[in-house]
Amino acid sequence: MNKAISLLCGIIFGIGLTISSMTNPEKVLGFLNLFGNWDPSLIFVMAGGIFISMPFLIYFKDKPFFAEKFSIPLNKKIDLKLIFGASLFGMGWGAVGLCPGPAIASLGFLNFYSIIFVTSMVFGFLVLKFFDKLR
Amino acid sequence: MNIINFTPLAAFIGGAVIGLAVVIFYLGNGRLAGISGIIKNLVNSNNNRFDNLLFLIGLILGPLTYSFLSKNEIPFSITASLPTLIIGGLLVGVGTSISNGCTSGHGICGISRFSPRSILATIVFVLVAIITVVVIRSFF
Repeated sequence: MNKAISLLCGIIFGIGLTISSMTNPEKVLGFLNLFGNWDPSLIFVMAGGIFISMPFLIYFKDKPFFAEKFSIPLNKKIDLKLIFGASLFGMGWGAVGLCPGPAIASLGFLNFYSIIFVTSMVFGFLVLKFFDKLR
Repeated sequence: MNIINFTPLAAFIGGAVIGLAVVIFYLGNGRLAGISGIIKNLVNSNNNRFDNLLFLIGLILGPLTYSFLSKNEIPFSITASLPTLIIGGLLVGVGTSISNGCTSGHGICGISRFSPRSILATIVFVLVAIITVVVIRSFF
């Protein structure tokens, strides 16, 4: 059951990204171009997502249907690591217009540039894994 | 500032569909559908490996399914140069890995849970991305 849910949720997530045009880096950069020709759409995507998920994420804390327990992040620390990581992410996102979800979703377009971006992004995760192991 | 290409309805509906995926994944599997979290989990751990892989495969199939059903081409345009793509990809991978979340994980799931970490992370990455666009458009 978990497997079917995972696949289904991936598909629904990808359809949502497509309906909202978030799979297109040009659209995302339109939002980030606040001081030029600005496209506020991305705010409405986040609002739509939060509007649907908030009641469920707040209300249901007991037990999921097909798992032992809810796995939610326990880390509550606000530290430099969080701000540093978010800043690096912001730089990469602003430079290209792709964040992890749309980047993966765009692989199906078989676009050379998106494949290069995702390869580099996955390499980034591997680099971090390597450094985490050293510590 | 001029407002252009603004599509609030499609954006909100698409966002709500993303929210639906978040809700089903949460209630069913008990997990948060943050994409960088799923990639990180796939890279780092043997737990849920097949689940994570299936989610990402689904994510690739989503746009193709939509395109097939609606018979529309999905617009996709990358303007960044090859070196920018490589550095940008690396920054997104390293950055979301360090801060444990991206636009979906912090931006949608985290804010929905009123997580102070996620609210701060979202403010930081959106601001830095806006500044990055200003810098790139001014100097390059």
